[in-house]
Amino acid sequence: MRPAAARLWLPASVLFLVAALLAGVLVGPVHLGAVNVVRATFAHVFGLHSPLSGSDDAILWELRLPRVILAALVGGTLAVAGAAYQGVFRNPLADPYLLGAAAGAGLGATVVVAYAPASALTGDLLPIGAFVGASVAVVAAYMLGRSAGIAAGPGALVLAGVTIASFLTALQTFVQQQHVDTVQEVYSWLLGRLATSGWREVGIVLPYAVVAWALIIAHRRLLDVLSVGDDEAAALGVNVARVRLLVVAAATIATAAAVAVSGLIGFVGIIVPHTIRLLVGGSYRLLLPLSVIVGAGFLVFADVIARTVMSPAELPIGVVTAFFGAPFFAVVLRTSRRPA
Amino acid sequence: MSALTLERLSVTLGGARVLDGFSADVEGGEWVALIGPNGAGKTTALRAVAGLLPYEGYVHVLEDDARGLARKHLARRVALVPQVPLIPGDITVRAYVLLGRTPHLGYLGSERRSDHRAVDAALDQLDLLPFSQRRLDTLSGGERQRATLARALAQDAPILLLDEPTAALDMGRQQQVLEIVDALRASRGLTVFSTMHDLTLAGQYADRLLLLDGGRLVAAGSAEEVLTRALITEHYGAEVDVVDTPGSGFVVVPVRRSS
Repeated sequence: MRPAAARLWLPASVLFLVAALLAGVLVGPVHLGAVNVVRATFAHVFGLHSPLSGSDDAILWELRLPRVILAALVGGTLAVAGAAYQGVFRNPLADPYLLGAAAGAGLGATVVVAYAPASALTGDLLPIGAFVGASVAVVAAYMLGRSAGIAAGPGALVLAGVTIASFLTALQTFVQQQHVDTVQEVYSWLLGRLATSGWREVGIVLPYAVVAWALIIAHRRLLDVLSVGDDEAAALGVNVARVRLLVVAAATIATAAAVAVSGLIGFVGIIVPHTIRLLVGGSYRLLLPLSVIVGAGFLVFADVIARTVMSPAELPIGVVTAFFGAPFFAVVLRTSRRPA
Repeated sequence: MSALTLERLSVTLGGARVLDGFSADVEGGEWVALIGPNGAGKTTALRAVAGLLPYEGYVHVLEDDARGLARKHLARRVALVPQVPLIPGDITVRAYVLLGRTPHLGYLGSERRSDHRAVDAALDQLDLLPFSQRRLDTLSGGERQRATLARALAQDAPILLLDEPTAALDMGRQQQVLEIVDALRASRGLTVFSTMHDLTLAGQYADRLLLLDGGRLVAAGSAEEVLTRALITEHYGAEVDVVDTPGSGFVVVPVRRSS
């Protein structure tokens, strides 16, 4: 890939994201109008008078915009976390759930649904339960992998993640069997959902997402160094264990926050980085920023599909990301030149 | 000035003493080759010098104790080219060579113009400028080896550790790579400490040979002193003839055992 081509990918991806955001706020049962939407958004941000009527304004500001922003934050987080995991583990199949984040979040959410008294409080406790579960799982996996000899390379850590994930999934299944009435709620959470109540969820994810993006992207050069292997990276003067710990911590905390508000949205962390890799090349310098932008746009588009194809019913967004993402990825895989 | 001093260097891996009290001294600008049968501890010695293994004894790099040097500062003095480098296929040659600048950058720092100049110089010196935007997985074995050398050159370290620099290359590429190393040694004043499995080539290119067996140094000196039939038979368990040919030095020829 030539440098000139590299300079084109960034603006192209930004264009993709802007198109996604516009589609996200414009598509819906109530017609708002592109110009009004943009003006009303600016009006809210700068405290001016909105050009939209009261109910239209509420649809934009209380319903569509928070949901679109949430989708962008979650999508960007999952994609860049996936790319980061693939980098530190040098494993193309790594995704943000590799170290047990999904299983831990699943257990946390199930415990909340099963044991918390059914009330308005459950809605508040669920993200906390998922966040704590995901964090505990990854910390446990990290400690187990470390005791098994992290110096031996990333393999021990991945195995520890698999071990912790199986154990927590077993616990989660057990809790679920004991409380059969929770199955439906837990199941819908596992499939991922971007339902919002105003700006609350955005507020939960935003700080984690922004800090994690910045931290991961700041490590873009070092992730390139890790791609030559632990030994050679160490011979180049890099403290491999420290880079791995920092990047995994950033990716994990942001993933836990994303999972807490949106459930388990699969595939984004794999498909987005790999599509970019096939189109642009494997250097993390470009891969990481592009993953944030494209991941954000991708999930916003997926959410538009999720809430329109069977309107007024909603498809689980995890189903959409896999159903539309997999064929697209297959096309990219087939058409990209892969020298033998 | 001595570039590299090893004092009673010992390494234990998995309970086995892989390197046992190995002492050696490499002068600045010298090319010293480690030879010896498989499992003699040659690669282990290089990895210990590069700071990748815990060891007993001392390694002095440019007369400083290597243990007292931060990882990054050691990497500014010693560049390692492993036998089988892990090649990330989907990045360009230039991006790969740029990784050699890592020890000169801050933790989250990015490359300055001087770093790009060092990379251009390394690419130029190894005739890789036409390949600089090619992906690594489109290169041949010899071109890849040159890219790895370029990365080590970009590191700007005065000491070059080469682990079997000619492994998996054909005869012509082997010569080409060794000639390049020799030329770099001359033009940049590099000190080369390498393992070599081809004894004839080792004798032709290195100033001195160190023969390791079972983790111990068993012979050291010029090709004439080390490449003898007796030493090779004893330590390699091989039947050989050593022929002193004018122009190509000591040629080690395997002799088929009569049955």
